[in-house]
Amino acid sequence: MGRVAIIGVGQSAFVRGYPGSIKELAFEAFREAMDDAGLQRGDIQGSLICSAPEYDRQRSPAGVIAEYCGLNPQPTAYVESLCCSSTTGVRMAYGMITGGLHDCMMVLGFQKMSEITSAETQERMGRGADIQWESPFGTMMPAYYAMFARGFLHRYGASEEDLARIRVKAATYGQINEKAVYRKPVSLEQCMIADPVADPLKVFDCCANADGSSALILASEEKVRELGIEKPVWLMGLGSASAPVNLALRDEFSGFDVARQAASQAYGMAGVGPKDIDVAEVHDCFTIAEMMAYENLGFAEPGGGPELIRAKETYKDGSIPVNVDGGLLSKGHPIGATGGSQVRTIVLQLRGEAGAMQVKDPAVGLVHNVGGVGLYANVLVMGR
Amino acid sequence: MAKNKPEKDLRFERFGTKGFTATTKVNDFIDRLEAGQVCGTKCPGCGQRFFPPRADCPDCSGAGPMEWFQVEGEGKLATYSVLRYAPQGFEQDLPYAIAVADYGDYKLFGRLSHFGPEIEPGCPVTTRAVSLPDGRVAYEFVPQGQQ
Ligand SMILES: [Zn+2]
Repeated sequence: MGRVAIIGVGQSAFVRGYPGSIKELAFEAFREAMDDAGLQRGDIQGSLICSAPEYDRQRSPAGVIAEYCGLNPQPTAYVESLCCSSTTGVRMAYGMITGGLHDCMMVLGFQKMSEITSAETQERMGRGADIQWESPFGTMMPAYYAMFARGFLHRYGASEEDLARIRVKAATYGQINEKAVYRKPVSLEQCMIADPVADPLKVFDCCANADGSSALILASEEKVRELGIEKPVWLMGLGSASAPVNLALRDEFSGFDVARQAASQAYGMAGVGPKDIDVAEVHDCFTIAEMMAYENLGFAEPGGGPELIRAKETYKDGSIPVNVDGGLLSKGHPIGATGGSQVRTIVLQLRGEAGAMQVKDPAVGLVHNVGGVGLYANVLVMGR
Repeated sequence: MAKNKPEKDLRFERFGTKGFTATTKVNDFIDRLEAGQVCGTKCPGCGQRFFPPRADCPDCSGAGPMEWFQVEGEGKLATYSVLRYAPQGFEQDLPYAIAVADYGDYKLFGRLSHFGPEIEPGCPVTTRAVSLPDGRVAYEFVPQGQQ
């Protein structure tokens, strides 16, 4: 099986209330990725369009977005797995390229969360669970993650300050990422006195909603050579798993086994381990999500996450830099665009083009992207 | 012309503060809940017990219809969270807690009747059926000592 590289990356600024249509939003990332790779639209042999459909007014968004980007008559399709839709798109494109269907593909993620009114958002939030057996109790995303936060804090004797430290780190880097939606610093004190959203999570434990888009161009090894791409970033390992939606069918409330399984597959395929990772992007939709990821990815022993952040090991100059672009917490979380944005950050890091956020000379990077409350997980290992 | 159309069985719409599902093959769950019983299903083929109740066993083919069993006795609180904001239709219930109760063989997701710093994961809970306004029904977990 031939290798597959990412040869072009793009991302719109993540903003509140994007002043344009979903096509125009998606086009921003598309244009940047095309310019980055130096391609013409005829070079793209197929596209996968990724988002979470409950925020879309447009039925079947793949059609209008492929049209606007000038990607007809090449095949296109819509990919959905909640917050990890665009890394699922990467996985599918990888399969189509290694399977020989195409040798150059576009994975375009987008979300215009402001497309619907806040009342509509409120209504949809209640349906983000098993609508038969969970939603009638009045559920929403922060409350689910709060259940894991309580489970984690209770099991390991960690504190709410430990979670807050993760937000302080995210805000440190959100300030220097010009595409982030939240550019301000956040202090430990601010986190601790903020209003509760769902105990034990407070306002600053939760990510910033945003509108945004991301675009990735994947190509076969042959195509990389043919195009003379100077700095391809290779997909070395891909892992993916799923878990029951209903929390009544889970075994653990202090971590996501789905992420452990995806990580184990990705490490195995890449022939590397957690110690080999030089820079990582993890799915920090809530502070507790990053805390659990430390352990689920093997960056810390079970219960070792709080010490990792207290010692600032996940800062840019630490032993395992995590989310040094601000993460979902500060950069923002436009659901369908998030995974692609994480991949873009790692690609820029591995190329040495991450600017103020650059980690010193990384060779291997990792992306951890979770959909729902540990319902879907994708882990990607990438290298130069 | 609609005369011969069978009447729809919408019993499940009455489950919880606000329903999102009206029709399911396990609609009898609602009648049992009204009678004060919280029930799961049991496969007559392999004996597996399921909560939430389901109409089909993923492991057995042709085992016949599922049987019902009642959730009884003590479980353990696995985890919970207290909501300060609610999705549309649940605002009047605030603040309220959602939780998972662990009965060993199976777990339940639902509301927790009491919460506060003294209520921690591991705390014993029982499960009881509750009647809500407008003929709606649900169940909740009650921590030990709060009956
Ligand atoms: Zn069975």
